[in-house]
Amino acid sequence: MFNNHRKKLVFNIIGTALILGTLIVLGIFLSDESLISSFANKNLTPSWQHPFGTDWMGRDMLVRTIKGLRISLSVGFIGAFLGAGLATILGIIAGIGSNKVDEFIVWLVDLFMGLPHLIFIILISFMVGGGVKGVVLGVGLTHWPILTRLVRNEVRNIRHSEYIAISRNLGKSNFFIVRKHLLPHLLPQIIVGFLLLFPHAIIHEAAITFLGFGLSVQTPSIGLILSEAVKYISIGKWWLAVFPGLLLVIVIKSFDDIGEECRILANPFSANE
Amino acid sequence: MNKIHFMFCKLCRGITLLLGLSILTFTLMYNSPIDPITAYIGGDVSITLEQREALYEQWGLNQPPHVQYLHWLENIVQGDMGYSKIHRKPVSAIIGERFMASILLMGPAWVLSGCIGFFLGTLAAVKQGGWVDKMITWFAYLQASVPTFWLGLMLLIVFSVWLRWLPIGISVPIGVAAEEVTMADRLYHLILPLATLSIIGIANTTMHTREKMQEVLSSEYVLFAKTRGESTWQIVKNHGLRNSLLPVITLQFAYFGELFGGSVLAEQVFSYPGLGSTLTEAGLKSDMPLLMGIVLISAVFVFSGNMFGDIINILVNPRLQEE
Amino acid sequence: MNTKKKEILHVEGLSISFRQYTHGWQQRTITPIKALNINVRAGEVHAVIGASGSGKSLLAHAILGILPANSQCNGYIFYKGQLLTEQRKETLRGRKIAFVPQSVNYLDPLMKVGRQISLGLNGNKKLQANKLLKAYGLTKIDGQKYPYELSGGMLRRVLFATSVREGIELIIADEPTPGIHQEALQAVLKELRLLADNGAAVMMITHDIKSALTIGDRVTVMREGTAIETSSVSAFSGEGNKLQHPYTKMLWLSIPENQFINCQEDQPWL
Repeated sequence: MFNNHRKKLVFNIIGTALILGTLIVLGIFLSDESLISSFANKNLTPSWQHPFGTDWMGRDMLVRTIKGLRISLSVGFIGAFLGAGLATILGIIAGIGSNKVDEFIVWLVDLFMGLPHLIFIILISFMVGGGVKGVVLGVGLTHWPILTRLVRNEVRNIRHSEYIAISRNLGKSNFFIVRKHLLPHLLPQIIVGFLLLFPHAIIHEAAITFLGFGLSVQTPSIGLILSEAVKYISIGKWWLAVFPGLLLVIVIKSFDDIGEECRILANPFSANE
Repeated sequence: MNKIHFMFCKLCRGITLLLGLSILTFTLMYNSPIDPITAYIGGDVSITLEQREALYEQWGLNQPPHVQYLHWLENIVQGDMGYSKIHRKPVSAIIGERFMASILLMGPAWVLSGCIGFFLGTLAAVKQGGWVDKMITWFAYLQASVPTFWLGLMLLIVFSVWLRWLPIGISVPIGVAAEEVTMADRLYHLILPLATLSIIGIANTTMHTREKMQEVLSSEYVLFAKTRGESTWQIVKNHGLRNSLLPVITLQFAYFGELFGGSVLAEQVFSYPGLGSTLTEAGLKSDMPLLMGIVLISAVFVFSGNMFGDIINILVNPRLQEE
Repeated sequence: MNTKKKEILHVEGLSISFRQYTHGWQQRTITPIKALNINVRAGEVHAVIGASGSGKSLLAHAILGILPANSQCNGYIFYKGQLLTEQRKETLRGRKIAFVPQSVNYLDPLMKVGRQISLGLNGNKKLQANKLLKAYGLTKIDGQKYPYELSGGMLRRVLFATSVREGIELIIADEPTPGIHQEALQAVLKELRLLADNGAAVMMITHDIKSALTIGDRVTVMREGTAIETSSVSAFSGEGNKLQHPYTKMLWLSIPENQFINCQEDQPWL
């Protein structure tokens, strides 16, 4: 009962981050050699030489998956960043703005939450013509509402506190107050929000691409790899779908774990357990 | 009387939101690089310039945007959602056909994931910190990390391809005439997509229930109940369920919308002909009216889900009733 | 005439400590209660007095077995001569040991009051609940109400009704008096006295010295987590010369009816 729970959390975070980092670095530096089509090697089941098997063009699935992961992660990252950025800006505006501004932004939040995420992303992706642009915009525009609510509530809570009032009385501009007082207070929550948003973004990217709306064949993200794999399932080539998906799940879960652990640490209530 | 006033305000706000959504949707539609005429015609290049212009006028595409919007809105309200080019039928007819199939999928998934999730969440909260709690939490987080479609694919691989217990997809047996399709057949084809959707939904409910139940179990009145000699099971039965049920149900209603999104993926994997796969098809083949129609339906889903949640809250919570 | 009352509760060398995180992942242990000795006899009202933060409620929670998870308990608690283990606490509470808590937040906000009273009773619950309601001056209609519909005084009576039942031998009342008007206050005090006169052992935890002295038989003064003095109520008279500890004397002299002296006090944990 007296062991240090907090220490465990921090170690978990570092450990997971290391694993993820390795994957990402591998994705950048692995050579493309194994991706050259080699029809002699096509459709091999998993073995020591090819742990994830090979696909119908003889390409090694492990390499394909790691590279695909990098693409999925990048796209997810940009989308999540867009969403978090929007959320911060709008949340702060809603928090310090007049009641009308606040009401409008809250209404806007409810508006954007009025459609299921996936469907909204499909719509946006469709409208801008698909591709990376569609996915990034789609993900960013569907995920800002929740974080915005959080930021807005926080700002509203501390807006009336004394140190802000003092700053105001000293004649500091709004911009100064935002930068010096609000942002440092909000930053941990925003970062945690971003960390939790990121895995979502990746899942959505994979889903959209799987359906056919997202990235094209030139950018083989995991979603694309999986959508191609569907054709081969019924003829028994299960490894094309199982392993890439499995790796995706592991990566997503790792990010989620980091995000959750950071959230527990940042929250003073739960941090004492 | 305050109850009714509250409800009325919520309703009004909901309608403004729906209107706002329709404007947003229309704006996106209007500004998309896809030319509706080109999309409609497809690859048929034999159309002349005059015919094009005639179509333009007929569809009212040469009018200013707000006029087009009002015209569109008027039609929608009257039930005319346009004409689908790939199915060559009115959009409302198609939606009508596929609606039932979707409900058959989403309804049970909603109920199942709600019940199982509530049970697991309660169990985890009662055994807080123990290995049961840790296991349930770990599984819930895992479920949240699994893309719906991948789970569907896995189930497909295991149950349809390897074990051959369940069919590959669609909603009825192939080659059987429509009249001869039995309820059992339908259910048989429903199992895998239903399982996929339910499993994904369980994680959501489990975590929410666990959080609420934990809150209840660490409250002062539960502490008092302990000092009065109530056993753990009695505490859950007497205080836990009642105090956590309401917030959980509200959240479950709010989950309505996300379920729709999940069904898009589940239907795609299993080629199940519900609204979800129809939406995907419409999007891929640039069938704008159909796409819009289903998008709006999904908005209504989300809206009604939230509305139901609010209504139940008002009805059941005695304190809100008095205010 | 029974001059030697039977000892129901005996606390010896009790100390309670908590583990907390300070900076980063460093931990510290704080010990709000150290080496506490106290006993309560049947038929007496034993008041436990101390300033806020001196650990009085913790004592109650320790006896009832409801301390939070990050706490550690040392020392001994005896109930009727036998060691009070955690298991025994679970069997005794609600049946032999009753807890009357501080605030009305201890009632379930979504359950009718009458039903809350009947929880845990054996036999005909409704009948017994109605009897209890009547015993505390409440009607059947009151029993059909929710906590937020009743007044503060009524809620205090409900708190009594929910925990003090037939067969209760030890009653621990945690701050039963704050925030209610005189009439309700007197009713509560009268009730506690009556319970003691009927044979129960009553431990009344309070910071209200006056009320304590009104109905109490003995008084224990707590300071910084330990009991510095246990005297009979009669020692609290005059200039307080019969009191042993200077702090107790200061407490006695500081109440408005006496010299109303201001005492400098620092509470380490606040």
